Amino acid sequence: MTQMGQVKTSVERKSKSWFDEHAPQIRELKFTLYLLRQSPIVVAGFILVALFIGMAIFAPWIAPHGPEERFWNLPQQPPSWRFPFGTDTTGGDIYSRIIWGSRLDLTIALTVVASAILIGSVLGAISGFMGRAFDEALMRVTDVFLAFPALILAMAVAAALGRNLTNLTIALMVVWWPTYARLVRGQVLAEKERLYVDAARAVGASPARIIFRHVLPNSIFPVIVQATLDLGGVILTAAGLSFIGFGAGAGVAEWGLMIADGRSYLFQSPWIACFPGLAILLSSLGLNLIGDGLRDVLDPRLRR
Amino acid sequence: MPEPILQIRNLKTYFYTYAGVVRALEGIDLDIYQGETLGLVGETGCGKSVTSLSIMRLVADPPGRIVDGQIIYKGEDLLKKSEAQMQQIRGNKITMVFQDPMTFLNPVITIGDQVSEVIAIHENLARDVVRSKIDECEETIKQLDSNSPDRERLMNRVKELEALKDNPPKYSRREMKKATLRRTIEVLKLVQMPSPEKVVKQYPHELSGGMRQRAIIAMALSCSPDLLIADEPTTSLDVTIQAQILALLSELKKKIGSSILIITHDMGIVAEICDRVSVMYAGNIIETAETKALFKNPLHPYTQGLLKAIPKLHRDVEELEIIPGSVPNLIYPPSGCRFHPRCPFRMDICDKENPPFIERERGHSVACYLYQEKK
Repeated sequence: MTQMGQVKTSVERKSKSWFDEHAPQIRELKFTLYLLRQSPIVVAGFILVALFIGMAIFAPWIAPHGPEERFWNLPQQPPSWRFPFGTDTTGGDIYSRIIWGSRLDLTIALTVVASAILIGSVLGAISGFMGRAFDEALMRVTDVFLAFPALILAMAVAAALGRNLTNLTIALMVVWWPTYARLVRGQVLAEKERLYVDAARAVGASPARIIFRHVLPNSIFPVIVQATLDLGGVILTAAGLSFIGFGAGAGVAEWGLMIADGRSYLFQSPWIACFPGLAILLSSLGLNLIGDGLRDVLDPRLRR
Repeated sequence: MPEPILQIRNLKTYFYTYAGVVRALEGIDLDIYQGETLGLVGETGCGKSVTSLSIMRLVADPPGRIVDGQIIYKGEDLLKKSEAQMQQIRGNKITMVFQDPMTFLNPVITIGDQVSEVIAIHENLARDVVRSKIDECEETIKQLDSNSPDRERLMNRVKELEALKDNPPKYSRREMKKATLRRTIEVLKLVQMPSPEKVVKQYPHELSGGMRQRAIIAMALSCSPDLLIADEPTTSLDVTIQAQILALLSELKKKIGSSILIITHDMGIVAEICDRVSVMYAGNIIETAETKALFKNPLHPYTQGLLKAIPKLHRDVEELEIIPGSVPNLIYPPSGCRFHPRCPFRMDICDKENPPFIERERGHSVACYLYQEKK
C-alpha cells in the first residue's frame, strides 16, 4: 500500500499545474487586485464594465428581442413594461438593441486597442532601443499622425475604405497606434539605461531577447493604464464616427448609429437617443474609472 | 607557469565626448592565467571598469570605442569577433558579476527565470532531459516488486533512453523548462542560496542584498565559465556578507576551475583572495606582481603611496597618509608618465616619455624610470 502511495506522489509531482508554475505572478496579481479593491471608485468602474461585458456575452439570453427585430406597427413607443426603453422610429426595441449593441461597440474597442498596443509597442520598443535612423524616421511618422485631429483622420480613412464596421475598426487602428508607439518608446528609452540591460548583455542575450523579454515587460505598466482609458475613448470615437455616418450600415444595432437615428426626434421621443447615449456614457465612464484606479495602483510612486 | 587564458595586449579604449577624447585605457597589457585570481586595483576613474567592459566588448558605442590592441582568448582575438560570436562567449565562457546587486537584476522577472535564461541561452539541455527520464524510470523500478510486469517494460525503456543519450532528440518546451529549472536549483545550491526551491519563484525585491549577489553569481557561474570578471562584487554589501561572498567566490573558483578577474579598490580584498595584482593608474597598468611580493616590496611610487594610505590599526597616528594631488583629467593627461605630477621621486625624463612596462623581477613588472637602469 505504501508503495502505491509513493508512486502516486511522484505522479503528482510530475503533473504540476499551471497555477503552481506561475505562483509568483499570481501572488503579484492578487496583491494588485487587493489594492484595487481598496478604492471605491475602481470598484464602481469594475461593476459598470462587468455589466456591459456581461451584456455583450449573454446578449442572446437576456435581450428580449433580436437586434434587427422590428415592430412596424409600434414606432416611437415611450418606455413601458413591454419596451423598457421604448421603441425607435422603425419599431425596434431600444432595450434589446442596446444589449446587442454592446457586443459591437466593445468588440470594436477591444480590437482597436489590442492591435494598437501590438503595433505601437513593438514599433515603439524597437525604435527606442535601436535609436538612430529608425527611431528618427518612426517618430516623424507618428508626429504626422498625431498632428492630425484624430476624428478627421479616422473619418478620412473610413471614407476612403468605404462604409462598414470593419473599415471603421481599421480607421481607428490607424489613428490609435502612434500614441502607443510614443508611450512605449519613451518608457524604453528610460528602461534601456537601467543596469539589468547591461547584465542581460553580459550573459549573452541577443538584442531581440533584451527588448522583448527584459525591457518591454518593464515598460508595459503605463500601457495598461493607457489602454483602459483608451477603451473608453475608442467607444466614444467609434460612436461619434457612426453618428456622422462612417460606421455600421443603416439599421444595425450600434450605439452611435442609434443616437443618430433618434437625433431628429430629440423633443418628441427623447428616449430614442438618450438611452444609447447613456450606454456610451456609462461604459466609457466605467473604463475611465478603472484606468484611473490602475494608474494609482501600478505607479509605485502613488502606491505608498 | 600555466598557460594564460586571456592575454590583453596594448588595449586602447577611448571615449569620444563633447569635451574631447577621454583616453580611458592607454595601451594596457594584462595576462590572466588558468585558475588564478587576479586583482585589478586603482582609484575611481582609473579605467578598471572600462577594462572589464572592453574584455566583454560591452563598451557603449557611441561614445566609447576600442581603438587598438588585442584581447586574445584561447588563441583568438575577441576584438575581431562578430557581435553574434560575442553573444556565444558572454555568459558562457566569460561572465561578469556586477557591482550593485540591487539594480542588476530585472525587477519584473523571478530569480529562477533570470538564472534559467542564461542556462537556456547557452546550454543544450536535451541531455539533461534524457538523464532525468532515466533517473525517473530507475526510481520507479526500485519501488516496484521484482516480479511486476511493469519492471520489464521500464528496463527496456531505460535501455532505449541510454541509447538516446549521446544524440538526444528535440524535446518539448515543457520538458526543457523542467530540465532548466532543475539546473537552476542546482546552481543556486552551488552558490549556497538558502532554500533555492523557494527563491526561484521570488522576485528580486523580495531578497536581501547578499542573496541577490548570490543570484548574480549563480547567473555568472551557471555555464561554468573560463573567466569570471567580478567588478567590485562586494562594494554595496556589508562587511559580514562581503566576507561570505569572497569566500564563496574563491571556493567556487576551485570547484569550477575558472579564473577570476576581480576589480576593486579595496586592498583588503586583494590581500584576502588574489594570487596576483595589477595596479592601474589613469588608464595604464603601472605594476603587476604576485600579491605577497606587491605588499612586501611595492616598486612603483603610486603603489607605495596606495599601500601607505591604508589605515593601520596597530599604529596611533593623527592623520592618514595621502598621495598629494588628484587623479589627472584623462582628456588632457599629463605628458610622459601620467603619475609624474604627484610623484615624490620625479626625474627629468618622467614628463617627457611614458616609461615602458618592464619585468624587473620574476613575475613582478613595473612601469617606472626609477628601476630602468638597475635592470
